[in-house]
Amino acid sequence: MTFQQFIFYFFSGILIFAALRVITARNPVHAALFLVLAFFTSAAIWLQLQAEFLAIVLVLVYVGAVMVLFLFVVMMLDINLARLREGFWSYLPVGAVVALLLVAEMVLVLVSRSSGLPDAPPPPPLPAGYSNTKELGRLVYTEYVYPFEVAAVILLVAIVAAIALTLRRRKGAKYIDPAKQIGVRREDRVRIVSMKAEEKERG
Amino acid sequence: MISLSHYLVLGAILFSIAVIGIFLNRKNLIVLLMAIELMLLAVNLNFVAFSHFLDDPSGQIFVFFILTVAAAESAIGLAILVALFRNLKTIDVEELDQLKG
Repeated sequence: MTFQQFIFYFFSGILIFAALRVITARNPVHAALFLVLAFFTSAAIWLQLQAEFLAIVLVLVYVGAVMVLFLFVVMMLDINLARLREGFWSYLPVGAVVALLLVAEMVLVLVSRSSGLPDAPPPPPLPAGYSNTKELGRLVYTEYVYPFEVAAVILLVAIVAAIALTLRRRKGAKYIDPAKQIGVRREDRVRIVSMKAEEKERG
Repeated sequence: MISLSHYLVLGAILFSIAVIGIFLNRKNLIVLLMAIELMLLAVNLNFVAFSHFLDDPSGQIFVFFILTVAAAESAIGLAILVALFRNLKTIDVEELDQLKG
């Protein structure tokens, strides 16, 4: 077993273990943390595939932002775990059959010699000074510039949608509307009443 | 030497685990979202493996876009989850029948 193989099987084992724990963990916080472990090990496997930029992005964006969002939400909600775990294993037989069939079919296709995948030649070694980030940046700003802008718009829509869904106005909260404060006129506040002057008393 | 098949089989196993997760956690909306994240991770693994073995960086660009869309999806999904929990006090999928579908 070469060192590369050892690295691959080591991280694959951790990845599969973490994935299994994600779906079986009792506590959603544990599930989220195991998902973080799964993302980290995937990043290691991607590093082995020479996708350095994406491996770092997976850790920074996924673990740093999305999983923290998950953890925030999980900890914010007060959920009744016992009710959610009722009949947890009752769907295991059908789920396991479906998943095993799925994985068996895919493996049969993927490892058969006729698919040509096991014998796919390893890629030529990269030239000296090759930068994965530079190459991706070149592609994103030339060939894929339009999809890149669409992705930016999708993120903007996601921000707006998430805020619109969760924003709520509290009823009865006493807050000041600055526009109304500025827009007030003298007539709204002061009323001048003209009265007859009193006559001077003569003594 | 590790061949392309190794990575693709790993992706297939990861995807199937996520499918089992959707069957098992059919009540818990949060873990359902996590299972979907696992599926996307398996797909991304396939993309990166093909990109490496075919020596074509375009596959990595696709992973980039999948990550973007997945981040948007989980942000909106969690926002819907928070809004649901605020109104119904539960995240049990079986009780989300307000639309009478």
